[in-house]
Amino acid sequence: MYLLPVTPDYVKSVIEEERPDAIMLSYGGQTALNCGVSLAQSDTLKKYGVEVLGTKIEGIQMTEDRQLFKDAMVDCDVPVLPSDTVTNFEDAKKTAQRLGFPVIVRVAYTLGGKGGGVAYNELDLHEIVERGLKASMVGQVLIEEYIGAWKQIEYEIMRDAEDNGVIVCNMENVLSMKVHTGDNIVVAPSQTLTNREYHILRSAGLRATKHIGIVGECNIQFALSPDSEKYVAIEVNPRLSRSSALASKATGYPLAYMSAKIGLGYGLHELTNTITKKTTACFEPSLDYIVCKHPRWDFAKFDMVERRLGPTMKSVGEVMGIGRTFEESLQKAIRMLDIGMDGLVLNRFATKEYTEEELEDRLVHLDDSILYHVVTAIMAGFSTRRITKLSAIDPWFIEKIRHIVQVQTSMASSKDTSILREAKAAGFSDVQIGRAWQKTDAQVRSMRKEMGILPSLKQIDSLAAEWPAATNYLYMTYGGETHDIATPNDDGRGIMVIGAGPYRIGSSVEFDWGTVNMVWGIREHGKMPVSVVNCNPETVSTDYDICERLYFEELTFERIMDIIEFEQPRGVVTCVGGQTANNLTPALALGGVPILGTLASDVDRAEDRSKFSAALDKLHIRQPQWRAFSQLPEARSFAREVGFPVLVRPSYVLSGAAMKVVWSDDELRTYTRKATNLSPNHPVVISKFMLDSLEVDVDGVSDGTDVIIGAIVEHIDSAGVHSGDAMMSIPPWRLNNKTIETITEYTIKIARTFRIRGPFNLQFLIHDNEVYVIELNIRASRSMPFVSKLVGINMISLASMSILGMKLPKVPIDHWRGIPNFGIKVPQFSFMQLEGADLTLGVEMHSTGEAACFGQSFYDALSKGLTAVGYNLPSHGTALVTVGGIRNKEKLLPSVAKLHELGFNILATEHTAEFFEERLGAIKVVHKISEPNRKPNIADMLYNRKIDFIINIPSTSTLEKYIGMLEDEYQIRRKALELGIPVLTTIELADAFVNTLEWMKTNKTTRYPIQPYLIPPTDNKT
Amino acid sequence: MFAALVLDDGVVLEGEGFGYPKTVFGEAVFNTGMVGYIETLTDPSYKGQILSITYPLVGNYGVPDPAVTDDSGIPLNFESDSIQVRGLVIHELTKVASHWNLSMTLDEWLYKNNIPGISGIDTRHLTKSLREDGVRMAALKVSEHPIDTDILKEQLPDAPQYNSEHLVDDVSTRKHLTFGSGRNVVVVDTGAKNAILRHVVNLGYRAVKVPYNTKVSDILSYDPAGVIISNGPGDPIHCPDTIHAARKILDEDIPMLGICLGAQIISLAGNAKTYKLKYGHRGQNKSCLDVSTGQVHVTSQNHGYAISPESLADSEFDLWFTNTDDGTVEGIRHKTRPCIAVQFHPEASPGPYDCEFIFKELQSMMEDPRPA
Repeated sequence: MYLLPVTPDYVKSVIEEERPDAIMLSYGGQTALNCGVSLAQSDTLKKYGVEVLGTKIEGIQMTEDRQLFKDAMVDCDVPVLPSDTVTNFEDAKKTAQRLGFPVIVRVAYTLGGKGGGVAYNELDLHEIVERGLKASMVGQVLIEEYIGAWKQIEYEIMRDAEDNGVIVCNMENVLSMKVHTGDNIVVAPSQTLTNREYHILRSAGLRATKHIGIVGECNIQFALSPDSEKYVAIEVNPRLSRSSALASKATGYPLAYMSAKIGLGYGLHELTNTITKKTTACFEPSLDYIVCKHPRWDFAKFDMVERRLGPTMKSVGEVMGIGRTFEESLQKAIRMLDIGMDGLVLNRFATKEYTEEELEDRLVHLDDSILYHVVTAIMAGFSTRRITKLSAIDPWFIEKIRHIVQVQTSMASSKDTSILREAKAAGFSDVQIGRAWQKTDAQVRSMRKEMGILPSLKQIDSLAAEWPAATNYLYMTYGGETHDIATPNDDGRGIMVIGAGPYRIGSSVEFDWGTVNMVWGIREHGKMPVSVVNCNPETVSTDYDICERLYFEELTFERIMDIIEFEQPRGVVTCVGGQTANNLTPALALGGVPILGTLASDVDRAEDRSKFSAALDKLHIRQPQWRAFSQLPEARSFAREVGFPVLVRPSYVLSGAAMKVVWSDDELRTYTRKATNLSPNHPVVISKFMLDSLEVDVDGVSDGTDVIIGAIVEHIDSAGVHSGDAMMSIPPWRLNNKTIETITEYTIKIARTFRIRGPFNLQFLIHDNEVYVIELNIRASRSMPFVSKLVGINMISLASMSILGMKLPKVPIDHWRGIPNFGIKVPQFSFMQLEGADLTLGVEMHSTGEAACFGQSFYDALSKGLTAVGYNLPSHGTALVTVGGIRNKEKLLPSVAKLHELGFNILATEHTAEFFEERLGAIKVVHKISEPNRKPNIADMLYNRKIDFIINIPSTSTLEKYIGMLEDEYQIRRKALELGIPVLTTIELADAFVNTLEWMKTNKTTRYPIQPYLIPPTDNKT
Repeated sequence: MFAALVLDDGVVLEGEGFGYPKTVFGEAVFNTGMVGYIETLTDPSYKGQILSITYPLVGNYGVPDPAVTDDSGIPLNFESDSIQVRGLVIHELTKVASHWNLSMTLDEWLYKNNIPGISGIDTRHLTKSLREDGVRMAALKVSEHPIDTDILKEQLPDAPQYNSEHLVDDVSTRKHLTFGSGRNVVVVDTGAKNAILRHVVNLGYRAVKVPYNTKVSDILSYDPAGVIISNGPGDPIHCPDTIHAARKILDEDIPMLGICLGAQIISLAGNAKTYKLKYGHRGQNKSCLDVSTGQVHVTSQNHGYAISPESLADSEFDLWFTNTDDGTVEGIRHKTRPCIAVQFHPEASPGPYDCEFIFKELQSMMEDPRPA
C-alpha cells in the first residue's frame, strides 16, 4: 500500500516499482479517473503492459469529452441537447446567440461541475467562460441550451463484458435540472415518472452505456421534460460516484463490490445477490420504501459566500432518510443533517417573514433553504401551480410538503391526539409534536406509547420481500405494523456503536474510520455482536457487512432510544462518532443507557469550562487566562485587562463553530450577541488569544491507569488556525525535549484525573517555552487515523479494549519517538466550489478533507502532502507577494530572499514591493485589481497565467478584513482560487512552501510503500 | 371509507377504503414493480385476483385519458378496456396526483370501474405472509359503514375459488378485431394485452385478435403469417380448445409465439406439463438466462403457473430461458417446428423493453418459416 499523491507522476513510480498486470480507475472518483487517462495518454500504461480493467480508456474519453459524448449519443439514438464545444469566448458568444439566453456553460474534465454556470446575458457568459476555460484540463467548455425546469433523473447501471446490463437504481432530483445533483434533494426510486417514462429512459441508459462500452458500474443523467415525453441525456459518469454510493445504500446492492468483480471478468449472472445469498446479482432491485438524500451545506462557516444553488456543487456531505412515505423520509433526513432542525416545520426558530415579492424571488433563485421557502409560500396561500412555476419543483413534491404543513396546522389548532398516528407517519418527531402542544418530547413519547403508536423495524432486502432475506440492514418507520426481525436474545445482545452522521466541515471520514475500527475492535476483543447506527450513505460504517445489525437511522435521542428499546444492548459507544455522537451522551446516560468508556460525568468535567479549569488548577497545569460571561460589560473589562485579541466561544464547541478571535470592543459586542444567541443555556467563554505560539495535539488512549500516547503532533501553522485546518507534523520539529517531557507528563496526569477509558485528544499551546492546555476531548479525534497509520498502532482498536474494561497492553510512553520518519497531514479546501468564499484561515474550521504523506525527511513528506492536495510545486517561475503589516513583512523576509536566490521572479504590490525592494532589490511592482487601469495589473497576470503562486498574508487583525483596502486582497485570493493558482495565506505555510521548493531543487521525493515508513509493531495486536 | 382485507387463514387487515364501495373475493397476490400501476391493473392476466403492490406510494402520476390511442387505434396507456383486478391493496394512496397527461386520479378511476381499493396496509407484512404460506383466497370489502369482518370470514369459503374459475372466458374478446395492415398475425386472445397487438402492428403486420375458443379452421381462414397465443389469467387446463388449436397450428408449421399463459398452453399442446407456483412471479425485475447464448435479460412477469422443467424431457420442446433466481422454465423452443414460447412479457408495458427481440424472432420465423 502506498500513501502517495494520486498524480500521474507518483502513480507512474508505483507502476515502475510494482509492475502490475492491470489497473482499475473507476473507484477513486474523478481524481483517479483523470490520473488514469493521463497515464494512458502518455503511453505509460502501454510501456509497462498495464491493462485497464473495467471500462476502457476510449470509453472513458467518450464520456469526458463533450463533443465525443454527443456524437456517441447520436450514434446510439439517444437524444442530447443542442450545444457547441468552444475554446474561446467569441465562439461561446456565437453559440449562445444561436441557442438564445439563458445558456449553461459546462466545463470539460473537472470535478463536481467545477467552474460551470448559467449565463443569462453576455456579461455572465464572459466571466463563466473565462473561468471555465482555465479550470478545464483541456481548455474546453460546452455552451448548451438551459433546461432548468426539466426533471433531473439518474440511473445507476451495471454492465458486464458480455453485454448483460441492469439498472440498479433510478433517482429523481426534487430540485429539477436547476441544481447540481450533488446539491439536490434526491429521492429513490423516481416518484413522478410513469411506466413509459421510467422505461424509455431505462432503455436509453442501457443503449448509451452499451455503445460507450461501459464494463462495471456507471451513472447516467437525463433531463426529462415536465410536459411531454421529450428527454435528453446529460452525462455519463464511467465510474463509481457519489450517486453510486447513494444507490448502493438505497437499494442494498453493493455496486463497488460487484463492479470490481465484473472488472475481474465475471459475468453479472455469475455473481450472487449479497443480501439473499441465493438469488443472482443480475437483477434490478425493487424497493418497498422511499429514500430521500439531503445534502449538508456549511455555508455559515464562510464569510461572503453565495448560498444560492446551481450547477456547481457546494455541499460537503449528505444523509439519507428511509421511510414509507416521502414526508417521513424527508423529515428524517432533515434531522439527520444535525444542523439543529427538527424537521421541515415546528423548529426551534420560526421561519423568517418575507414579502410576497421576496418570497417569489427565493422560490426562483433556489438556495439552501428552498424547502422552507416552499413551506412559507404554502402558508402564505401560494397555490401548488404557482410554486411549481417559480421553483420548477414538481407538484407532487409540493403536495407532500403541503401535507406536512396541514398536519402542523391541525396540531396547532387542536390538541386532539387522534392526529398523532398521521403525524408520526408523516415523519414528525416527538420534539416537533411537543412544540406544537407545549409538551416535552418525553411526554409525547409516553403518550403515543400508551396509544400503541410505535415504529416498526423493517429490512432493506433489495427485492421488496419477494425472497426470504436474512439481511441485517434495517430502518424504522411508522408505515408498518410488524417488525421484520425479532429482538435479539441474550446471545444476540451486544454493543451498539453510534456513528458520526453526515460529513461536514469538522467531521469527515476520520470519524467513520473511528466507528468502523471500534466495531472491529469490539468484535475482536469482546467477541460480541455489534450493531451500528448511522445515516451517512458515503461511509463504510453503513456497509451492512461490517456489523451484526446496521440501523440506517437518525442520530437523534428519540430514534436511538427506539433502537435501544428494541435492541437491548449491553452497552453503547458514543466516543468514536465525533461531536454528534458525543452530544447524545448526557441524555442517553440520563435515560439509563449504559454508556461504555469514560463516565458521562467525567466527560462533562472536561467539557464544562469551569470544572475543567478547576481540575487543571489542582494539577498545577496552566491554561490561557479565561473567564465565562453572561454580561457584556464584564466581558469587555476582562478583555481589556488581558488585552486584545481574545478568543470568544460558547461552551460545547463544534469544530470551531461560533468561535472567533476578536480584536476590539466593537467586534466583541457584535460577536457575543451572535454567540449567545446560538446557545442560550451556555455562557460565553472568553480567553486570552496568545499570538506567536505553537499548537500541539496529543492523541492518546487510556484504561484509567495506563496511558498510551499515539503521538505528539505539532501544527505547522501558528496557533489560531483551527486544528482541523492546520498542517501537522509527526514528530514535532520545533519542540525541545523539555517541552515534550512536560507535555507527556501532563497528558498522563490529565488522563488519570479524568479517569479516561477510551480515546482522547489533548490540545496544548506552547508560548515562550511554557506549556498551556487549551482543550481536552474525551473521544476519538480527527487526527487519530493519521497518527495510527504513521506509528503503526491502531488507537481505536486499543480504545475498544479499555471500553470493554480490559487492560491496555504495555507500550512505552515515548514509543512514537522511535519513528525514523516524518508524517505530514495537509488539509484540503474546497473554497473553489463556494462562490465568493474567502480562503483565509482562522479559528473556524474550513477544510473539507485532508491528505497524509510520509517521508524520510520533513520536506520529503511535506512536498508529497502539498502535491496531494493539489499544490503545484514549480521549480521556477513567478511569485506574487502581498503582505499586510510591517511585522509580517519582516517575518517573511527570509523566505522572499530565498525565493529570490532560487531564481523566482518576484512581483509585489506597491507597499510590499517598497519594503522588499529596499532589502532585496529586483522586485517588480504590479497594481491592484481595484485599479484596473494601472498596468501591469494583477488581474491580467492571473488570467494570463503569468503568476505561478501567491503569498498573500492578510494583516493579523480580522477586523480590517471588511474594510475597503482588504477587499482587494480578497479579490486576489478569490480570483487566484478560481484559476487554480496556489495561494499561501499564513507565514508558516509560505515558509514551508518556499523551503519545500528549495529542497526540491536538490532532492527527489521517496516513493516507498507504506510499510518502510512504519516502525515495527509493538506487542499489541493491531 | 372503511375497508378490510380478510385472508382465508383468518388474518384481518384493516385500512382506509377508496375506489368503489363493494365486497369482492379473489386470490391475493403481490407485484413488486415500482411503476406501471395503470398497465398492471388493466392486464387481463390479473382477472380474479386481489392485487397488493409492494411499492408503498401508488397513484403518484394519476391516470391518463383512456380514449387516447396510437395510430392504429390501440389504446396507448391501457392494456385492456377496463381494470381487471378485483381489488387493490396498497400502503399509501396519492390523493393529489400530477402529470402532464393526467385525466383523473387513481381513486376516481377505480370508482368508475367499480373496483374497491384499500390503503394504509403494511404491504410488506402481507407480502411476507403470501411468500411464506403461498397465495390464497381473500375477501376485500370497502364500505361507507363499519365492517363486520366475521361476516366476510364466513362468506370467504363459499366464494368461487380462483383455481376453479374459468377466467379466460371472462376476459377474451367476443368479436374478431383487426389493427394495422399487412399480412395477418392472429392473436388468440386468452387475455391479450394491447402491447402485444401494438408490437405486431409495429413489425408491419395486421394484428387479428380472435376469441380464445376460435375454431382452427377460422384461424387458418386468415392465412396467418403467424399465430400468437397471448397471456391471460388462471390455470391453462381451463383452455382445452386453445390447447387443441395450438396443436393444430404446430402441425401446420405455422410460426407461433406463446406468451405467458400462451406459453403454458403451447407446452401442454406439445406434451409438456404445467403446475402452480407457490406465490408466482409478478414484477419487472426478473432476470432470465438464454441457455443457448448465456445472455441474461431483465423481464417483466406476471404468472402464477409455470411449465414443469422435468416434463420437458419427454416433450417436443427444448429449454430456452430459465429464471436465474429459482431455475423455473421461462421459455421453450420447439425442437422441429417454428414455434417459440416465453413465460415472461416481451411486450413489456409495464416493465422493461429488453425482450422486444422475441417479436423479432417471431418475425424471422414468419419470413423464413423453418425452425430456427
